[in-house]
Amino acid sequence: MLQQIIDRRLSGKNKSIGNRERFLRRHKEQIRDAVRRAVDGRGIRDMERGEDVHIPKKDLSEPVFGHGDGGVREVVRPGNTEHVKGDRVAKPQGGGGGGGGGKASDSGEGDDDFVFHLSKEEFMQVFFDDLALPNLERTQLAETPEWKSHRAGFTSDGTPTNLHVVRSMRGALGRRIALGTSKRHELHELEERLALLQREDQADFEVKRMHAETLERIAVLRAKIGAIPFLDPIDLRFRNRVRVPVPASRAVMFCLMDVSGSMDESRKDLAKRFFILLYLFLTRHYEKIDVVFIRHHTQAQEVDEQNFFHATETGGTVVSSALVLMEEIIRARYPRSEWNIYGAQASDGDNWHHDSGRCREMLADKILPLCRYFAYVQVAEQEQNLWEEYSKLEGEVKHFAMRKAVEVAQIYPVFRELFKKEGVPA
Amino acid sequence: MTLEQRDPAKIIRASQPLPSPSDWTFELINDYHDVIRRTAQSYGLDTYPNQLEIITAEQMMDAYASVGMPVNYRHWSYGKEFIATERNYKRGQMGLAYEIVINSDPCIAYLMEENTMAMQALVIAHACYGHNSFFKGNYLFRMWTDASSIIDYLVYAKNFVAECEEQNGMEAVEQVLDSCHALMNHGVDRYRRPSKLSLSQERTRLLEREAHAQQQVNDLWRTLPKKAAAEAEAASSARRFPEEPQENLLYFIEKNAPLLEPWQRELVRIVRKIAQYFYPQRQTQVMNEGWATFWHHRLLNTMYDDGYLSDGMMIEWLKSHTNVVAQQPMANLNPYALGFAMYTDIKRICEKPTDEDRNWFPDIAGKPWLSTIDHAMRNFKDESFIGQYLSPHLMREFRLFSILDDEKDSEYLISAIHDEAGYQHVRQALSRQYDLSTREPNIQVWNVNLRGDRSLTLRHTQHNDRPLNKEAQEVLKHVARLWGFGVQMESANDRGDITQRWSVPPPNH
Repeated sequence: MLQQIIDRRLSGKNKSIGNRERFLRRHKEQIRDAVRRAVDGRGIRDMERGEDVHIPKKDLSEPVFGHGDGGVREVVRPGNTEHVKGDRVAKPQGGGGGGGGGKASDSGEGDDDFVFHLSKEEFMQVFFDDLALPNLERTQLAETPEWKSHRAGFTSDGTPTNLHVVRSMRGALGRRIALGTSKRHELHELEERLALLQREDQADFEVKRMHAETLERIAVLRAKIGAIPFLDPIDLRFRNRVRVPVPASRAVMFCLMDVSGSMDESRKDLAKRFFILLYLFLTRHYEKIDVVFIRHHTQAQEVDEQNFFHATETGGTVVSSALVLMEEIIRARYPRSEWNIYGAQASDGDNWHHDSGRCREMLADKILPLCRYFAYVQVAEQEQNLWEEYSKLEGEVKHFAMRKAVEVAQIYPVFRELFKKEGVPA
Repeated sequence: MTLEQRDPAKIIRASQPLPSPSDWTFELINDYHDVIRRTAQSYGLDTYPNQLEIITAEQMMDAYASVGMPVNYRHWSYGKEFIATERNYKRGQMGLAYEIVINSDPCIAYLMEENTMAMQALVIAHACYGHNSFFKGNYLFRMWTDASSIIDYLVYAKNFVAECEEQNGMEAVEQVLDSCHALMNHGVDRYRRPSKLSLSQERTRLLEREAHAQQQVNDLWRTLPKKAAAEAEAASSARRFPEEPQENLLYFIEKNAPLLEPWQRELVRIVRKIAQYFYPQRQTQVMNEGWATFWHHRLLNTMYDDGYLSDGMMIEWLKSHTNVVAQQPMANLNPYALGFAMYTDIKRICEKPTDEDRNWFPDIAGKPWLSTIDHAMRNFKDESFIGQYLSPHLMREFRLFSILDDEKDSEYLISAIHDEAGYQHVRQALSRQYDLSTREPNIQVWNVNLRGDRSLTLRHTQHNDRPLNKEAQEVLKHVARLWGFGVQMESANDRGDITQRWSVPPPNH
């Protein structure tokens, strides 16, 4: 009888993936809702993980004809220890199912939702669904990665141009010492003996013979030492260079936030969520992303993330100070030719009224020409002079956008609106 | 040919036990399989050739999700199944089955990578010789399934569904499949023997059939009324279509639904064929699992007696055997436990009959056990097997009792227990419990309104006044989607009175 053992372990992994895709596609709407809720509810640092999606059982049911309750039925069960024929047992009340009278529950699972885990990738896919980078002008180099050559130690073969002379000579010297030591040692001994012999009676036959022998041996050793090559191919060392890909598309994201007294915790929270979204969004499109946090009241300063979100300041507001600092940082560290620059500004719209006009000029003349995109989010309803000044820019400059968001749940729609695919109505 | 007892010529004693490390190797599996095969042959077990496949837990879940088949067409419900299985498994709520075995020729058995050597031996004995010989021997499988072509047919089905998705879009295909799945249990011929599946025939006849079927349908609907309206009415009430009620809903739809495209008809056919393939499995659960469990127990014990198995191996597989045949009191009957006990009991009746056994089973008491259980395996299904072989001894051992649940009564009635007066009753009740026709509602195609709105009428014939569940309305929507016109259903009780009606309007085209 033919018998074979086939090892299938390496083949056909994830055979069910096509079925899973169909399942996800079918329940797209529920999944989108779940993701939207998750984005609203999550903290900053745990954005990039999966999410449990609940789907009501009834939406998943595959109906078939079956018997309902009622009528007459008779079931046989094992394990009778107490009943005799003709006994009567009360039915459980309220359709409780299990328990008394030996009628075990046959309802199987309860009516809970069907829960499944959306993987991190799937979650982010849905999250960024139909979003695309605005004015996507990703450095074209991304497609053909730029290579940079790096020194990486030494190797024993290479082209003559890369020959490292000092290294090679050092190696040769060491080899010569290592190979010749014992012979030189012996040579020294023989030479001493020769000197002794020369002081002996030169007529003595035995001394003569030993003298000749020693001379002969010295000659052999000298020849051997002389035969050790000065430079051997194995001594050669070449400078080694490796090519590493340079992250071709780099982006820097400037987070500008007002931390003056009027920005309370809930407003900061709104701004924070907006920045998270932008950051996540950029990670999908750029390999390397720098984030610069600039907070300001009457003066601006660059701070780390912790201080940016959690330190509180008091005092008035001069928005332009942040823009000036942003421009300085760009000039100093992020040349436009190498970086894709994104700006995101969040504020409650409160500004020293003489400053707003200056902000608009700063943006229009200095910042926007350097940026890929600049988004302004006002986390308060009231339109003040900053909003009015910025509004003038909105129609004119394509890569500038501004919106208002006053609730956590509004952040995501606002974000989508700001970064909506071009040509796709919001 | 069946043996009356173990063939002494084929008994070879071992000089020393087979090695028994907990980790398996391919060589060891081979060695164990050799011994198991020889032992099975000494009992005269007739099987398809075996093909053992080693798979990972994840692949096992894959197989679970696609109804245990190595290939199947793509459908969201299998994705859902996979997700549910994976979730339960990862949370530790559920162990995976140790094996899956496929009724094909050669018989494919999946062994899970995580199993220990003792478990692999158990699985080989259980699946490759127990289930395998059942597939080959039992009359239902012989009659309804063609083991040699099922894999080919599934490959064909998978490719066909994929092509349909490409041409007609996933959604359109999904809708048809959803509707077919809803009727899958009513897509089998219960009494008529189906033609066997054959891949080459399927392929060559596909185009021919598509054209022909469409022609047939067109002809059916071309019978326009020629006479006056009143006369036509009278004629239509006189002429029924179908002339006899049809139990195979999917077959009826495939052949007669007016609006289905040829590819949709083929999808209906595929689901129907696969449902038919699984039909015997649904009717022989106790017999099949019992047979496999009986034989792994028998084979491994015999191997121990012949000196092949070490004590450690024995204890390990016995532990898992004990779990498999455990029966909770008051719970649903465990088919493994019941089946195993029944075959063991038949063997006991053959070998050491009591007076009671001689009285109840004059035909088999004292006869050779091997040929007796072989006969039982080949010629019965769960319902008749229990009706024939459940002994008073076993009813006492299981302490079986039957409970009558009448809707009109506020209490359950214990209708019979395991005593002299109740044996027959309990046995019949249990036998009925395994009768598919009482487990699944009896629904048939009753009438088609040929002259009017082309609506389809189904009839549910109640069994003991048991009504349909709430899903019926949803299922009818699926029927309407396939049929293309309105669908009604009426539910008739034992006295022929209609107690409930459903109606679904025609779907929007």
